[in-house]
Amino acid sequence: MQSQMIKTSSSRPLVAAVCMLAILLPLFVSDFRSFQVTQILVYAIAVLGLNLLTGYNGQISLGHGAFFALGAYVAAILMDKAGVPYWATIPVVAAVCFVVGFIFGLPALRLAGHYLALATFSLALATPQLLKHPALEKWTGGVQGIFLSKPQPPFGLAMSQDRWLYWFVLLHVVVLFVCAANLLRGPVGRAIRAIRDQPLAAETAGIDNSRFKTTVFGISAMYTGIAGALSAIVLQFVSPDSFTMFLSIYFLVGVVVGGVGSIWGAFLGAAFILIVPNLSSEVSKSATGMLYAMVLLLLIWRMPNGLWSGVLWMWRAATRRPA
Amino acid sequence: MWCHVASAGRGKLMETGYTAPPNSAETILEISELTVRFGGVIALNGLSFKVASGQVVGLIGPNGAGKTTAFNCLSRIYKPNAGDIKVDGQSILKLDRHAIPALGVARTFQNVALFDNLTVMDNVLVGAHRASISGFMANALWLPKVRSAERAIHDRARDAMAFLKIEDCADALAGALPFPIRKRVEFARALVCNPRLLLLDEPAAGLNHEEVEVLREQISNVRDRYRCAILLVEHHMSLVMAVSDRVVAMDFGMKIAEGTPEEVQQHPKVIQAYLGADAA
Repeated sequence: MQSQMIKTSSSRPLVAAVCMLAILLPLFVSDFRSFQVTQILVYAIAVLGLNLLTGYNGQISLGHGAFFALGAYVAAILMDKAGVPYWATIPVVAAVCFVVGFIFGLPALRLAGHYLALATFSLALATPQLLKHPALEKWTGGVQGIFLSKPQPPFGLAMSQDRWLYWFVLLHVVVLFVCAANLLRGPVGRAIRAIRDQPLAAETAGIDNSRFKTTVFGISAMYTGIAGALSAIVLQFVSPDSFTMFLSIYFLVGVVVGGVGSIWGAFLGAAFILIVPNLSSEVSKSATGMLYAMVLLLLIWRMPNGLWSGVLWMWRAATRRPA
Repeated sequence: MWCHVASAGRGKLMETGYTAPPNSAETILEISELTVRFGGVIALNGLSFKVASGQVVGLIGPNGAGKTTAFNCLSRIYKPNAGDIKVDGQSILKLDRHAIPALGVARTFQNVALFDNLTVMDNVLVGAHRASISGFMANALWLPKVRSAERAIHDRARDAMAFLKIEDCADALAGALPFPIRKRVEFARALVCNPRLLLLDEPAAGLNHEEVEVLREQISNVRDRYRCAILLVEHHMSLVMAVSDRVVAMDFGMKIAEGTPEEVQQHPKVIQAYLGADAA
């Protein structure tokens, strides 16, 4: 329903304007602002990845921070130890995270609802310690993590590194969001959502639930892993303590705030989890958590279907013509 | 969103001059000596019957007779303890649940199992899953073959919805619809895959008199238009007797009578099962 709203002819100029703005943004704002928006875009990919699994397929994950960390470390190790150029790490990360997610999806088939949430939460709990483990220190750099060098714009283009990174990330955002939108509007997307609503009826209609659920787990992990790799490239740094269990919880907050089961809400959810904590700490250093909690509660109360549905509601209100 | 139930399907949809298939018609479904136990309870006890292609078979019996259990064995939801189920002469007991529609078998559920957060159109389209599905990669890239398959099944879904008079609700969420419409959506979802054997589990339950009349016509029309065999579990006797070519009566997991609707209605064991021993 939501994607249909976007496609209506009256909204087309608006969508075009948003796209233009997204492409040209770094030309109008400082490098630091570009960097901040780049981070939002990176998180939007991760939130979309989790939304595919939880919002569309009904498999709750409280451990997607682990896939984010996996993507970040695979990219960092490839660049640091193997000298792989930063852009070439993305396909490798995609493949690795898809396979790991797919494999994790196999036991997840036997776990429903809360049990799956707990099983994935254990991933989130174990990740920072695993990354610090002495046996892996040779690659992961242990507690110190890995420092990387900042990528230069290609072909000797005269632009700042932050601007270049913005466009580099934006390119991935466009490809990944278009692919997700395509996936969800066709037969595969219907099957994914049918399994969420009525697994038994889906199966008797000929849908191979197990194959779909494990594949969606793989794709979800792949999206979040790519976001992790982009994050490592953008920050030029990975360390175990960036990937605590809170990261997984924030992703889920991003999904719910943006809108469960809405692709474009991922941007709003990502913006929320990055901007609101900063804003609240600027307002009050001593009550940051309280302010964050209040904003969150207010949103859940006033917009239970997420920010994206709020945007759609405002859009409809603005374009409604008197009959 | 409310669709017009009462006005739907009152006129004759089509006249095809259908004649019941002769008894020698090829068998599409053969259930033999089917036995299902739940702990100490015997739900099915050596049930056997056949359905010929294009035939409407009514499966009747008091509550707890094992009708729905038989259905759930057909859908591979329950695993029988003994006996066999053959579709086109092939046993289905080794197949996965999701492989059953590939044999041309579709079903509805007694308590209506729709995808509530999907539109009616999407619900019906899921029924055509097998005809539409291609790889994840092809879908993500929205390749031409995905687009053409989508167009084709959208046409089929619109046909099925028009046939059941629910095309007005295509864009409504299935969860928001009244019960009689939900039953039709499920019916359309089963029809859209062009089944050769349609399993209807109490399609009249929860419908008022007028809606049952509409359903009766729809079932006869389905047989004529989609040329499929129908196995019908139903408590509504006048509906079963009106649409069935043959009726199988069950009680306590066993077949107690089989024959034409008239024969079964007058069978002493059937009268006894429904009205008690004194009446027989």
